[in-house]
Amino acid sequence: MADAVLRVRDLHAGYGDFRVLQGVSMEVAAGEVVALLGANGVGKTTLNRALSGLLRPSQGAITFCGRPIAGIDHAAIVRAGLVHVPEGRRIFPNLSVRDNLLLGCYVRGGATRAQSLARVLESFPRLAARLRQAAGSLSGGEQQMLAIGRGLMARPVLLILDEPSLGLSPKLVEEMFALILRLRAEGLSILLVEQNVVQSLAVAARAYVMEHGRIVMQGAADVLAGDARLRAAYLGL
Amino acid sequence: MTALLLPAIVGGLLTGGVYALVALGLTLIYGVLHIVNFAHGALLMAAMFGAWLLAAKLGLDPLLALPLLTAAMFAVGWALYRFVIGPVSRGQDRAILLATLGVAVVIDNGALMLFTGDSRTIETPYALAMLQAGPLLLPEAKLIAFVCALLLAALLWAFMALTDTGRAIRAVAREPEGAMLVGIRPQRMFALAYGIGTACLGAAACLLLPSFYVSPQVGESFVLIAFTIVVLGGMGSFPGALVGGLLVGVTENLGGLYLGESLGPICVPLLFIAVLLLRPTGLFGAAR
Ligand SMILES: Nc1ncnc2c1ncn2[C@@H]1O[C@H](COP(=O)(O)OP(=O)(O)OP(=O)(O)O)[C@@H](O)[C@H]1O
Ligand SMILES: [Mg+2]
Repeated sequence: MADAVLRVRDLHAGYGDFRVLQGVSMEVAAGEVVALLGANGVGKTTLNRALSGLLRPSQGAITFCGRPIAGIDHAAIVRAGLVHVPEGRRIFPNLSVRDNLLLGCYVRGGATRAQSLARVLESFPRLAARLRQAAGSLSGGEQQMLAIGRGLMARPVLLILDEPSLGLSPKLVEEMFALILRLRAEGLSILLVEQNVVQSLAVAARAYVMEHGRIVMQGAADVLAGDARLRAAYLGL
Repeated sequence: MTALLLPAIVGGLLTGGVYALVALGLTLIYGVLHIVNFAHGALLMAAMFGAWLLAAKLGLDPLLALPLLTAAMFAVGWALYRFVIGPVSRGQDRAILLATLGVAVVIDNGALMLFTGDSRTIETPYALAMLQAGPLLLPEAKLIAFVCALLLAALLWAFMALTDTGRAIRAVAREPEGAMLVGIRPQRMFALAYGIGTACLGAAACLLLPSFYVSPQVGESFVLIAFTIVVLGGMGSFPGALVGGLLVGVTENLGGLYLGESLGPICVPLLFIAVLLLRPTGLFGAAR
């Protein structure tokens, strides 16, 4: 893949002596949605944290837009355009919705801020109505929208979405996947971590399946969707 | 007695404004770092000696020294966090607490060594001047101190509410990992918050100096009041520190007026207990 936005080679990472990632290699091409699937605790979030610089990998290489970023400062990674919307949202509950969004472009400064804010609010009209409200008082679905909106404020090249539909009502899950389709149409590259296997494979071009800190299966999303092993392991079919 | 009531209230408000400034620094550090800054009193004392030195040796009026000392104390606080408290504590709250206590011990004893236990004071043209406002006679030094303290509090509020750095400091206070995800470096914000909290003391020192004696023990009395204000107003609350400061200033004066010199000082602790009984999270604390 020549035009890979993200390229990960033999990545190892963990917490202290506890090794989680044990040689992960994967890629995301420009404008591609890639799904990362796997059971609880296999290391999906750990991979995301290593990619966004929250966790220092012990071994391996990460290349983002042609630049090695493994082990560099998290702020520089955000500035380069790799933005991670984390599991559990991690919005700023004590700040207003507006201040949460404005901090999304903390590394960009003020130049394009008004424009970014207008664009994000257009995508999330429900946030626009609550700009002055404390973010902690939003509903779970609104908080997830805010977390993604804050991520978009940084004008990402690659957006990592870690379990964005977790804890949402079925109607909001539909909205979430509709949003991912819209972002895909805008040309954003997305790494999507999800428990919703069927829906993620429907929006993704390719997918990786993780087990015990390793990639054990990969391929085109439509092929994986019909794969007997995957269906048995994750869909109980 | 009623003829004395109004002046006592106004005088209490004037002193309370400067108390509030000391408390604002404490509450900011508590709100962001989640620790009680044990070095607060010692740093205030150091700043007051700084202001005293500038006045006594260089003839610089405390009000003119205010911007200088505020900036210098910001630098001191920032450097203390960056080079001592931060590295020593490695992010553990308990260790940060002990580190600030260690800093306090060093400063307190350093001051005793340099200045001995004596009290010192300076003379300013406005220290004893009075301003006639209707029926009230207002001490000029305290009036100036009050106005400056409120202006600085407003400036601090605007900084925290309206600038990116202010937002980032508030963000790391509650969600450091979320802050990292937008590219904020939490340790930098912690150092800034500690520096700003210490800068409040630089300003307060210049405002207090014309009306108070300086000695190596001077910080203790103020920090006890400031701690009362912070708990009373709600730990970490900005408006709480402001209203709490004014309330404590007035209570202190009224206690002195009605109960006399010896019994009066129990009024502030009584107010403290009463508020905590009725509102355990303080006046402006988030209800649990
Ligand atoms: N901060 C941490 N310290 C120690 N161990 C951790 C930490 N975070 C995660 N782990 C462990 O690392 C392993 C991988 O966790 P990770 O969160 O990456 O899994 P995941 O695939 O994202 O799971 P889920 O689907 O539940 O989100 C788990 O065994 C987990 O218990
Ligand atoms: Mg996870």
